[in-house]
Amino acid sequence: MFYREAGQFKTTYAADMAIFPIRQDRYGLAVILFMAFVVIPALGNQFLLNTMMVPFLILSLGAMGLNILTGYTGLLSLGSGAFMGVGAYACYKLDTYFPQVNILVWIVAAGFVSAAVGVVFGLPSLRIKGFYLAVATLAAQFFLDWCFARIPWLVNDNISGAIEVPTRTLFGLPVTGPTATPATRYLVVLSIVAVMTWIASNIVRGRIGRMWMAVRDMDIAAELIGIRLLRAKLLAFAVSSFYIGVAGALMVFLWLGAAEAEAFNINQSFQLLFMIIIGGLGSIVGAFFGATVLHLLPIALRALPSTLGVSIEAARIEQLTFMITGILIIVFLIAEPHGLARLWATAKQKLRVWPFPY
Amino acid sequence: MKTAMMLKGATAALALSLALPVSSALAEDSIYVPLFTYRTGPFAGSGTPIADGMHDYLTMLNERDGGVGGVKLAVDECETGYDTKKGLECYDAVKPKHPVIVNPYSTGITLSLIPKAAVDKIPILSMAYGLSASARGDLFPWIFNPPTTYWDGLSEILKYVGGGSIDTLKGKTIGFLYLDAGYGREPIPLFQALSRDIGFDLKLYPVAPASMQNQSALWLDVRRDKPDFLVMWGWGAMVPTAVKEAVKTDFPMGKFVAIWWTNDTDAEAGAEGAKGFKMLSFHGSGTDYPAFAEIKKSVIDAGKSRTSADEFGQELYDRGVYNSVLIAEAIAAAQRITGKKVVTGEDVRRGLENLNVDEARLKELGLAGFAAPVKTTCADHNSHSATFVQQWDGAKWEKISDLVGPDTARVQPLLDEAAKAYAEKNAGWPARTEPCDNK
Amino acid sequence: MDIPHAVFVDPFAQMIAAPDLLAQTIWEGFVGGALYSLIALGFVLIYKASGVFNFAQGIMMVFAALTLVGLHEKGVPAFVALALTVGVMYALAVGIERFVLRPLVNQPDIILLMATFGVTYVLIGFGELSFGGDPKSMITQELYLPSGSINLDVLGGRVQLQKLDIVAAAIAILMVAGLALFFQKTRIGRALRAVADDHQAALSVGISLNQIWVIVWFTAGVVALATGIFWGARSDVSFALQVVALKALPVLILGGLTSVPGAIVGGLIIGVGEKLGEFYWGPLIGGGIESWLAYLIALAFLLFRPQGLFGERIIERI
Repeated sequence: MFYREAGQFKTTYAADMAIFPIRQDRYGLAVILFMAFVVIPALGNQFLLNTMMVPFLILSLGAMGLNILTGYTGLLSLGSGAFMGVGAYACYKLDTYFPQVNILVWIVAAGFVSAAVGVVFGLPSLRIKGFYLAVATLAAQFFLDWCFARIPWLVNDNISGAIEVPTRTLFGLPVTGPTATPATRYLVVLSIVAVMTWIASNIVRGRIGRMWMAVRDMDIAAELIGIRLLRAKLLAFAVSSFYIGVAGALMVFLWLGAAEAEAFNINQSFQLLFMIIIGGLGSIVGAFFGATVLHLLPIALRALPSTLGVSIEAARIEQLTFMITGILIIVFLIAEPHGLARLWATAKQKLRVWPFPY
Repeated sequence: MKTAMMLKGATAALALSLALPVSSALAEDSIYVPLFTYRTGPFAGSGTPIADGMHDYLTMLNERDGGVGGVKLAVDECETGYDTKKGLECYDAVKPKHPVIVNPYSTGITLSLIPKAAVDKIPILSMAYGLSASARGDLFPWIFNPPTTYWDGLSEILKYVGGGSIDTLKGKTIGFLYLDAGYGREPIPLFQALSRDIGFDLKLYPVAPASMQNQSALWLDVRRDKPDFLVMWGWGAMVPTAVKEAVKTDFPMGKFVAIWWTNDTDAEAGAEGAKGFKMLSFHGSGTDYPAFAEIKKSVIDAGKSRTSADEFGQELYDRGVYNSVLIAEAIAAAQRITGKKVVTGEDVRRGLENLNVDEARLKELGLAGFAAPVKTTCADHNSHSATFVQQWDGAKWEKISDLVGPDTARVQPLLDEAAKAYAEKNAGWPARTEPCDNK
Repeated sequence: MDIPHAVFVDPFAQMIAAPDLLAQTIWEGFVGGALYSLIALGFVLIYKASGVFNFAQGIMMVFAALTLVGLHEKGVPAFVALALTVGVMYALAVGIERFVLRPLVNQPDIILLMATFGVTYVLIGFGELSFGGDPKSMITQELYLPSGSINLDVLGGRVQLQKLDIVAAAIAILMVAGLALFFQKTRIGRALRAVADDHQAALSVGISLNQIWVIVWFTAGVVALATGIFWGARSDVSFALQVVALKALPVLILGGLTSVPGAIVGGLIIGVGEKLGEFYWGPLIGGGIESWLAYLIALAFLLFRPQGLFGERIIERI
């Protein structure tokens, strides 16, 4: 009833192959974009913007990058935290050397640096796969962790080994540093994430995405039909690390405002991995679902007792959050191993014929 | 399928409920003091006694005196796990409730918050940790780190192992075992400068936070290098492991000196062999003070605290109490200067610049002889108070040196240089515009 | 001239100059390797028998040690606490089998791996909730584990062998030998291997999957308990210990994911190699290379022998 497609017919191939062929989907997307760009910054308070939305968007971007590698190409990677770090430190160094260039240029450029590093660490994927590749990426994670901590040049020889983000402006408004308003930062992050999501969803629906999925399903067969595994896998590493690197640069410049090597450790890698597991492997929108469950839900859980008027100690809340997250992971895997994205797709499918069963 | 749909519905409901406004109604006439603590994670061993100490003293003030100046303190804990990201989340969460002071309890979180303090008008009290250079009140009007800095502490340790003067260390080998994080790396520039100027050999032994409990390789290095003295800047699970390794490898405990962030339980980990382990401190230990008796009566015995019997009186518990003493004194000073009862963050900043906790005041508080006097001014946010060395005798800490001040002649020029470098590196660091209330 | 000399000549010169330090380093590596192999053993057990890579092995180790120490703190005598902890690990095995493995029968491996991530989180939260976050000391005295060291004045210097380490290494080797025999010679061992190969085929020949899984997770739990006791004795029992489990991954790669003797051989190679590398070559690049050296060693092996030293050959079919 909602998705009445009667009367919507396509007259061109392009229209038929569009990402959102049904008009209701396009309206829905417009509503979401309107809420995101207009309603939330206008009505949201500082906590909502600073602690909920900006990290949610950045983590979704990172999860999207990891999904490209693990979900679409089937290469399990445990080094995503370190690649975020590569993007962050690259952006910082580029900004140090050329402070007059707009920071957004450097954020995107940092993605390219991260992509190059990702390709280098992705070379073992040509010989090893599955669990063993995960361990190789773990090696990348620990090695890069060590580099962040031990190479003083990366932090401009700062005593503490941490980087402080300088104030940079865009159209005269500060977007990084302590004077940047939450609304400005939110809008900048939202724009970048929206554009990159659009690019990602087009890539994965096209020839390249199909190539990756073929490699994921059965790489020997893919090779037999003419897909060059070297190019496909390295391209996956490159694109994935690009996204993750941009997410890392955004995290340091527009969210935390400072960074130390600990911010990019193995726990960050696990957080991104859990996000795509719960959100759904092999799905762009799954990254957003995963970030909702793994980032927004613990915040809501931490805020819940005080809102309900029940007082539980902060440490207890932390421990309960861990347990609830773990239980949720298991429950989701049992109910829907393909993640929330599959649930969402099924729901939309049901809605197309609702109220009829089929 | 039905379960799946139900699950989806539940998740959607949960997701929708995320727009929960995070605010709690605070009583109109109370002063909000958030405590950033960590009772979970690998640093919980150190964080829990401090959290308890801070909480208990402020609660005692509420019970015994009705707060500070008659206004109750609303004390709240936010769990950071010593993680910078969670620390920033806590900061954003408490900002809408108008905190009057913030104690990040992590050098990493402090460094991230330093640029924000002036913009958000919330003073940061990083008691004896954080950025040493923030002692310069003219460059860091919103950051305070009494009663002493890490650089002062390092010069005091070196003075002690040098038998009274740093110059006698020429030609010796000094080892530095430190947590490879902002906290542990903070004193390294001073250490390296002193090593160059005086002529001792500095050996660095960094411990990565992920391998705090696996230090055997480092202690092999210590055995190879045979340093004359080993200085430790440890925290959390690193410290008891280090003490155990020192005992295991027969490192002479008398030559092992740690900075003030060491607790009784850390030394206990070494059992019999840990006797002779030394640490620097700036306040007494144990509970033999009237204020502590009051805490026991009105807070612990009244069931308003989570402190256990053996935790009460531990070094880090007393540290937490001392931190709360400074908070309370700052609020009292703010009330005095502004004449208001319910003070704001800006008022408490002025209060922090006019701290004068001398011996008479300590006696009034029931803590006579607990610590050296602390006096801050607009230019000196630290006070550079004296410290002393204490030694573990198997059951408690024993003071084995007199109060010793820092080697100001050596430390101050380097401190000034570091402060200048910080301001230059962060181009656009605002010049101080806040007026000074010192008389 | 300088760099090749520093890399290829100097470390060996140091080794010859101070042979007691070399012996000490090798011993430390040996002990570390034996302890890594204990952790790896837990992984191998579960992988061999259920095809699941149990990411939660590290936290199970911490949880078992915490339960033991926590019960003792509450006043339970040491060996009773030990027995109770074994019981708790059994209950944990039953719980995991009932609530995690049974609903996920025959799902792809990656799903089961992710389910163990969930188990990890639950155990972290539950462990902290029940026993608190402060580090605790392992009750070595009450368990009659020796302390102190044997000092050998050999090789021109002093080599110290901690008695606890000797016991730990001995128990590790015994456990490995025992479990290897178990898998090869007993009926249940065969059943375990059958289940690892193919769940459905095993079901069809009448092997009770549920029982087998409980047995295997319980055994892995007991191994985790032993590991936890020895790791906890070396440094305190706290949640910081859990990251040590990640070190077992290079061991598994070297030894092979499905090989019990491979766990000990891989463990020793990684342990000794890592310590020697850190001690003699580490200072050249700033120290602290222990965190990733093991992975490098494992990667080097992987490129030449993907299944590890003793693992089964991976055969891929289209």
